[in-house]
Amino acid sequence: MSGFWNGWIVVLTLANVAGALWLLWATSRREPNDARAEQGDPDTTGHTWDGDLKEYNNPLPRWWLWLFYGSVAFGVGYMVLFPALGSFGGALGWSQAGQWQAQTLEAERRANEQFAKFAGKSVVELQRDPDAMRVARNLYANNCAMCHGSDARGAKGFPNLHATNFQYGKEPDTLVATIALGRQGVMPAWADALGAQGVEEVASYVYSLSGRKAPADLVAGGQAKFGMFCASCHGADGTGMPVLGAPNLTDQYWTYGGSIEAIKETITAGRQNQMPAHLDLLGEQRVKLLAAYVLSLGPPAAEPATQTAQNVPAADAAAAVVPVTGDASGH
Amino acid sequence: MKHEKIEKNVGLLGVLTAIAISVGGLVEIVPLYFTGQVTQPAPGVQPYTALQLEGRDVYIREGCYNCHSQMIRPLRAETERYGHYSLAGESVYDHPFQFGSKRTGPDLARVGGRYSDEWHRVHLIDPRDVVPESNMPGYPWLAENAVDASRTAAKMSALRAVGVPYTDEQIAAAAAEVEGRTEMDALIAYLQGLGTASKTWKK
Repeated sequence: MSGFWNGWIVVLTLANVAGALWLLWATSRREPNDARAEQGDPDTTGHTWDGDLKEYNNPLPRWWLWLFYGSVAFGVGYMVLFPALGSFGGALGWSQAGQWQAQTLEAERRANEQFAKFAGKSVVELQRDPDAMRVARNLYANNCAMCHGSDARGAKGFPNLHATNFQYGKEPDTLVATIALGRQGVMPAWADALGAQGVEEVASYVYSLSGRKAPADLVAGGQAKFGMFCASCHGADGTGMPVLGAPNLTDQYWTYGGSIEAIKETITAGRQNQMPAHLDLLGEQRVKLLAAYVLSLGPPAAEPATQTAQNVPAADAAAAVVPVTGDASGH
Repeated sequence: MKHEKIEKNVGLLGVLTAIAISVGGLVEIVPLYFTGQVTQPAPGVQPYTALQLEGRDVYIREGCYNCHSQMIRPLRAETERYGHYSLAGESVYDHPFQFGSKRTGPDLARVGGRYSDEWHRVHLIDPRDVVPESNMPGYPWLAENAVDASRTAAKMSALRAVGVPYTDEQIAAAAAEVEGRTEMDALIAYLQGLGTASKTWKK
């Protein structure tokens, strides 16, 4: 704040305080009104309404007056102690940002105490630590459940974290990278390249990949086109490429739905969903805890047999399981 | 004290009343117009793109500010959830600002980049598809309404008149940028830009 405006605020504020004091003082006295005293009517304002209604001209009661004086004293004390007068910071040195900073540092210190016992542990070790998983479950609820659901079974467009096949892989390091840096889906739109008939055929073929029946002629045409347009990312056999984030098309997990209509929609318009980066938001330690939590979400053997709506059971699901092996490399 | 002089002279009463009620404004508001913290953009803050600007207008039209604030206060619990507290310099291009005063839904000052575009699309059409306990209404018509590209340039010129530094080229390109986009696209572009400047501040 420039010197002029600082002075402006200080002068106006102090003048206002002085003005208030003067006004209180000036109105606190009873003034003899000579003219009215002569009329034998010294205590009224001299107004007369409706013939005989008059108004007493009394000052404030003392207790009320002193409350006002007390308020002024409080205000002056406040201006001395706290930042209230221009750019003067106050004798106590308090500031809103300072208080926030102190509370944040204190909370960070306490959190670090909590997190200290998890430091240096690898994702796999964290996954086996019940304390860590308790913390991680809360972190998940606060940061992940909005998209992946509080049961982590996802929603249309948001991957089911109980799946056996992860689009980008389920190795501990990969999970950390996915959460920390985010992911950008890059399924292009194929409507122009394939044409309506082509979309129909490829969709039928993809539908059939997970062991379901589709019209044979469409599947045959789709297989050829799949080799040309899709295999470079999803692999010749449709089992996907985690490095590219190309999902496995032969399992029962469908991020955008596995119905023939949903598959056609995906091929026609493409999918560009995105996993936001969380490293800046959460920091490395919390990201590792979350990776461990995702890792801990059961392999399907431990789950009840019921499937969520978008997950279509497939006969050969077990064959597609990527074993989650221990990785104690840490980082 | 003689009230009489003041009470019987309406001109004097008016002048004294004006003086009395202007002190607060003169002390608390006027100096802000001349304070850099309030009038200069915070580092990294850019004027809205044409599409974001249309999105902001959808935000205002649908009354999003009735339930969502865009003002993170310097309180620990709040900054932990939403990120760094809001700075005055982040709102210099907002006319009017969207601070809001009520949080039925969460604060949106730093919602940019927190969710994917797809999440916003699903969520705006029917919030319960992704947040089962949400009581936010759905806005499915946004995905069907096209942005009125004929008015975008005029809006940007109007904002330039009150100090948003749009260039002639930006205004000329505005219609083309929003042509054929839906109100949903515009609103998502606006939401995804909110608070993103703060990411460049990093400690």
